[in-house]
Amino acid sequence: MFFMVLGYAFLYLPIISLVVYSFNDSYGGAVWEGFSLKWYGALFHNNRLIEATLTSLQVATYSATLAVLLGTLAAAALVRIKRFRGRTIFSVLTAAPLVMPEIITGLSLLLLFVAFQDMLGINIHRGIGTVVIAHTTLCIAYVIIIVRTRLGDMDRSLEEAALDLGAKPLKVFLTVTLPIISPALLSAWLLAFALSMDDLVIASFTTGPGSSTLPMLIFASIRFNMTPEINALATIIISFVAVSVLLAGYLLHRRK
Amino acid sequence: MKGLRLSIVRSPLWIVVLPYIWLVLFFLIPFLIVLKISLSEFVIALPPYDQMFTWTSEGALSIKATFENYKFILQDSLYVWAYFDSIKIAASGALLCLAIGYPIAYGISKSPEKYRLPLLLLVILPFWTSFLLRVFSWMGILGPSGILNTLLLYWGIIESPLHLLNNTYAAVLGITYCYLPFMIFPLYVSLEKIKPSVIEASYDLGAKPLQTFLSVILPLSWPGVVAGCMLVAIPATGEFVIPELLGGTETLMIGKQLWIEFFNNRDWPVAASLTILTLVFLITPILIFQRFEEREVTHEFEA
Repeated sequence: MFFMVLGYAFLYLPIISLVVYSFNDSYGGAVWEGFSLKWYGALFHNNRLIEATLTSLQVATYSATLAVLLGTLAAAALVRIKRFRGRTIFSVLTAAPLVMPEIITGLSLLLLFVAFQDMLGINIHRGIGTVVIAHTTLCIAYVIIIVRTRLGDMDRSLEEAALDLGAKPLKVFLTVTLPIISPALLSAWLLAFALSMDDLVIASFTTGPGSSTLPMLIFASIRFNMTPEINALATIIISFVAVSVLLAGYLLHRRK
Repeated sequence: MKGLRLSIVRSPLWIVVLPYIWLVLFFLIPFLIVLKISLSEFVIALPPYDQMFTWTSEGALSIKATFENYKFILQDSLYVWAYFDSIKIAASGALLCLAIGYPIAYGISKSPEKYRLPLLLLVILPFWTSFLLRVFSWMGILGPSGILNTLLLYWGIIESPLHLLNNTYAAVLGITYCYLPFMIFPLYVSLEKIKPSVIEASYDLGAKPLQTFLSVILPLSWPGVVAGCMLVAIPATGEFVIPELLGGTETLMIGKQLWIEFFNNRDWPVAASLTILTLVFLITPILIFQRFEEREVTHEFEA
């Protein structure tokens, strides 16, 4: 019990410190120099930051959606089709991105894009599109883990019953299977979205000039020591996440 | 009964085609290209590597491959140390995660059922906030004018700021902090499956708490321990952000070295060779992880 409290303190104290110091008047340093909101003001006048946030939101929306589509197909294949040609390779390919260091995924994808350009002689514009491809590849593995568990747990006799009552396979999928797995699809989408919003390394490799994502901008600011503004940004992100999770928890609770 | 059996939805084979093509194209083939570039020569051009396949004037295919990049890496103690450091830091991080994560996971699995989900949510909540910002928060704590040093100075425990940031310990701490949820989850899943009656039986047979832990609980949670360690140690080996922001110049992790070769030195062939070498010693743990994952999942379905 004691260790548990200690463990949670370890998880939360650093984050709380970010929030507290975002209201500090001083530029850097831990000495408290009075309450101030000036760093929040500075944040809203930072156009590059707003642009990067919009880029990240766009990338995350597209990648999460693509990853859920492809990942659900893959999960269904892994759960329902016991044997097909190249199943072993397929299952390695679906699990490996989970543990592959990001820097390797990022570098190899960039080299792929460059090689495509070389071989096909076409100009591949590096920007939102290439980052979406990279993030989708990363997120598929996470989607598979979530959807696969749900598909494995579900009661197949419901589908059988629908078929026996004369429904066509497509209709069975849309009216029986999809509603059952939809909570899993939603949590997979949210996880993929968060992963994409959070990624610095893969985006740095695969994007091009002019399409910086939010983490890339944060990383640059940390290096140039613009700390109070980042504290303010962190506080906004943390509050957003906390409020969404609490809201989700409340809604779930009420439904029960 | 036979009629019922026939009506199982047969999942069409085409569903596997799209994700398969995607993963082969964007996950498998890139490694082959990395392998190819790792065997080519560095040239000052765009892209900065020499063509490996060229058609000679007689119309024959000429292949130019070199192992120079690998020789260069393996003879330079900098890179060898970087590999050594990466493994050391990733392993220490995984062990620390295990030490901190085990009591948390055990505590959650033993708490009343209605508290389990909120407690688990509290573990992931920090994971949903930005990874970079979580690393950054430690810079504010450990820095020379950071919270810890300010407090220690204020209480008169130290006279001059301690050098807490920009060393290997800070990097290990950062890895522990950021990867902790990846340890807690698999541990929780395997601990939750242990039936209370098994533990009671052990006590009834006269085992002491420590004995029960070592000979009953720990072996039963072993799958979680292995999965957790893999989930932490493998990606941490190639970590870039943490050694860059917390480790300082004394931490030579391979991910950082790779980044420098690629972005600062623009030496793509050497960066590619570093990638291949990293993959070579990560491939065994990755395959073990995949086997494990596969077995766990199928196991669960059969249960």
